[in-house]
Amino acid sequence: MTFPGSLDDRDALRAVRLAGAEPVPLWHGEKWLSDVQAVVLPGGFSYGDYLRCGAIARFSPAMESIIDGANKGMPVLGICNGFQVLCEAHLLPGALIRNDHRKFVCRDQRLRIENVDTPWTSLYRPGEEILIPLKNGEGGYVADHRTLDELEGEGRVVARYLGDNPNGSYRDIAGISNKAGNVVGLMPHPEHAIEDLTGPSTDGLTFFASVLTSLVGQA
Amino acid sequence: MSEYVVDTIEAAAADPDAEQPFKQLGLAPEEYQRIKDILGRRPTGSELAMYSVMWSEHCSYKSSKVHLRQFGDKVPAAAKDILLVGMGENAGVVDVGQGLAVTFKIESHNHPSYVEPHQGAATGVGGIVRDILTMGARPVAVMDALRFGPADAPDTARVLPGVVAGVGGYGNCLGLPNIGGELSFDRSYLGNPLVNALCVGVLPADGIKLAKADGPGSHVVLFGARTGGDGIGGASVLASASFEAEGERKRPAVQVGDPFAEKVLIECCLEIFGADLVTGIQDLGAAGLSCATTELAAAGTGGMDVDLDRAPLRDETLVPEEILMSESQERMMAVVAPDKLEAFMAICAKWEVTATVIGTVTDTGRLVMRWHGETIVDVPPRTLAHEGPVYERPIRRPYDQDALNGEHGNGLPRPKNGEQLRATALKLVGSPNLADKSWVTDQYDRYVLGNTVLAQPEDSGMIRLVEAADGGRQLGIALAVDGNGRYTRLDPYAGAQLALAEAYRNVATTGARPLAVTNCLNFGSPEDPAVMWQFAEAVRGLADGCQQLGIPVTGGNVSFYNQTGTTAILPTPVIGVLGVIDDVERRTSQAFVGDGAQLYLLGDTADEFGGSEWADVAHGFLGGRPPKVDLAREQLLADILINASRDGLIDAAHDLSDGGLFQAVAESCLRGDAGVRLIVPEGIDPFVFLFAESAGRAVVAVPRSEEVRFTDMCTARGLPAQRIGVLDILESAIEVQGQFRIPLSELRVAWSRTLPELFG
Repeated sequence: MTFPGSLDDRDALRAVRLAGAEPVPLWHGEKWLSDVQAVVLPGGFSYGDYLRCGAIARFSPAMESIIDGANKGMPVLGICNGFQVLCEAHLLPGALIRNDHRKFVCRDQRLRIENVDTPWTSLYRPGEEILIPLKNGEGGYVADHRTLDELEGEGRVVARYLGDNPNGSYRDIAGISNKAGNVVGLMPHPEHAIEDLTGPSTDGLTFFASVLTSLVGQA
Repeated sequence: MSEYVVDTIEAAAADPDAEQPFKQLGLAPEEYQRIKDILGRRPTGSELAMYSVMWSEHCSYKSSKVHLRQFGDKVPAAAKDILLVGMGENAGVVDVGQGLAVTFKIESHNHPSYVEPHQGAATGVGGIVRDILTMGARPVAVMDALRFGPADAPDTARVLPGVVAGVGGYGNCLGLPNIGGELSFDRSYLGNPLVNALCVGVLPADGIKLAKADGPGSHVVLFGARTGGDGIGGASVLASASFEAEGERKRPAVQVGDPFAEKVLIECCLEIFGADLVTGIQDLGAAGLSCATTELAAAGTGGMDVDLDRAPLRDETLVPEEILMSESQERMMAVVAPDKLEAFMAICAKWEVTATVIGTVTDTGRLVMRWHGETIVDVPPRTLAHEGPVYERPIRRPYDQDALNGEHGNGLPRPKNGEQLRATALKLVGSPNLADKSWVTDQYDRYVLGNTVLAQPEDSGMIRLVEAADGGRQLGIALAVDGNGRYTRLDPYAGAQLALAEAYRNVATTGARPLAVTNCLNFGSPEDPAVMWQFAEAVRGLADGCQQLGIPVTGGNVSFYNQTGTTAILPTPVIGVLGVIDDVERRTSQAFVGDGAQLYLLGDTADEFGGSEWADVAHGFLGGRPPKVDLAREQLLADILINASRDGLIDAAHDLSDGGLFQAVAESCLRGDAGVRLIVPEGIDPFVFLFAESAGRAVVAVPRSEEVRFTDMCTARGLPAQRIGVLDILESAIEVQGQFRIPLSELRVAWSRTLPELFG
């Protein structure tokens, strides 16, 4: 899905392709999602991150169909800015705020996969540690304590930061899912860790391979 | 603005002697007279505004032109085949094969970045990206070369974080990976930091766009952001007159950037280019509409009619003079044939980009502008764009040059034993110029677009251009920027060549073949004959050097008036070299990997400390001569490095420059997290071995299995290659046998803590 200001849309297409699926570029202004079976909302600065990150993109015509699809169980992955859009669209709880150190940060980040029961993480081993790039200015995940307890209690924390917390996220949360598990938001960038040549690892490819396997399994 | 009365051609004819503020606009009396001679009358207010910005140093190159000609005159014969567009356009274009061309350029935004660090640096990135886009290319990466006053100076703490946030904020939001650059400190930059931004783009070799208004009857379309009151007079006021305590007053003259608008503009333009809808295109940068209209008209059929009141404004009170000078960002001007206008406008509408037809191409040879029906401009466009004043400024070798070269510093106390060498090594590694730069580069996205093969701190940044399935060759490019103000102060001719040689070597170190050159020449006032001597010598050195290395200068930028009071900055030519690599899988990293690999030092080491980091850090001393330049040796070294990389003979390579061998080995060890044992060769002083800055050298890690092939190749080609140690991953330290040992953990702390401690 490309919004005006999306940046990692080509990277997401490449990741889907390298995982063996057929990538379909989507445009935010078109309401119908043709016949795609899963959607990736990529990183970037949709609408310049003006107002609030993701706050304007959330009202794009295509988002209606995505919200509808997500509620019917279609796998949706929001990466970075895409995660922010999902929070703004209330598909995921909480919000993402400016990094506690107030600087943009780009680094290779270690994560622990906490939940392998989502279609996006099913091929990881429980507790698997992975290394993928993190890059954001507003990546601090916040929510009230009740929501956080609920997320923990229902096993909806999908990934957690290891080592130094890079942005002040509560409880080191790097990614979460909705109740059904089909909608996942993730701050770091698995689509930048899919080739030895360009990434710090190929650990990110498993997100895309997982969803392909889940979908093929259903068919 | 009710009292404002628009100054028309008729008014100018009726009142020929009206007093005009040409001096405040930076024009000399003889320049003003020349405008009157060209027009046969006094200029209108709008015309005066246009001449003042177009004839400013920044836009006209009036002091540098006579020297820069050498770049064209000395284009190496071999390079003519690859050079698709040379100097003079928005950026040079070179053919890289497989039907692809690459365009790249570096540009300064020094003065705005001092006045308003964040916006100044951000719009510096925005401007150079639009130059690349204007050639018809998709921008694919940026780099930044930054210089500030002493790292611990209070003003550096104000300027540096703002500049870094500006470069990062704009580039990150455009989705362009930042793949490298430079950061250094010297007291001469305290009141005048240098912010040089480079952008590189890729386009089909047959898809080059040029800035020309061809075809009478074609539409002139202004698109992108609306014109506002920011940056008015920026070109002439900020870039051409030095400033001191007036910084605050000039704040409104700095442009304000909107990277989201630029990102949308990029995608919009690329879709327009793809559909082949423009005959000419120009970005609006310095001198805004004045520059775009005159350059397009001068390069095309020769004339243009413009209804200036049609330009969409952000501030309705702007008057024509201000609209013509405004440097509002994120604007472009296209020349569109009548039958393509509808499709052009449809794409702009898709991207929600404002687009307005403001004029028509003519063949009258005149650029005519109207304001609500009244004619306010009627000029021959060439007289603004190409026939500005040209000065042969006086040149004089600085009075102190002989004394500076004579004080060679050979008597400076040097470390004498292992313990002192160890202390020197740690001190140098942690000095601001040599320390870890990740405090800066961690604020830049290096991953976006997914084609970054190498990025800072590697010797060069490398980008994949062609993706190939398993095993297919993946074409790529490499870029490095380098400059050394201290070397250039000691000898501007040699200093420019050393900067060129270092960037050339850096590109070759990663396995790419150097192809072309861009440059950003940062100097003091051209009205100072001593500065002009430095400039002339540096340009001559660079032109001669490029000719000898067989790589052409494709474009660049001159920034004069970099000084505080009458004290100029160190003369600082920053040189960017572009290289091409047939298959990025064959690239060489600087990270030491591969246990047991043999370390070889390539090239000759001499007792050369003039302008060195050691002399500066240990003694605050600048004098003597810079390291000797040997471009034939640089070519040989580059050949060996490229061949070794292609044939898989080396595991790692790192060029030797600032700080010498120890610095290079330290960086490679820390990057690969591997220790080494070094042996000081017979007959060389350990201090010279570790810290001398002789040029034309690199250190390589050769796997044992390839050692014979590698050394045979060096012997056959006549390149000195000396075994100086072995990689030992279990050791986790740098041990210089018989001298000292530093654990990597201790080295890493010394290297990486400096910038965070200074800047938080």
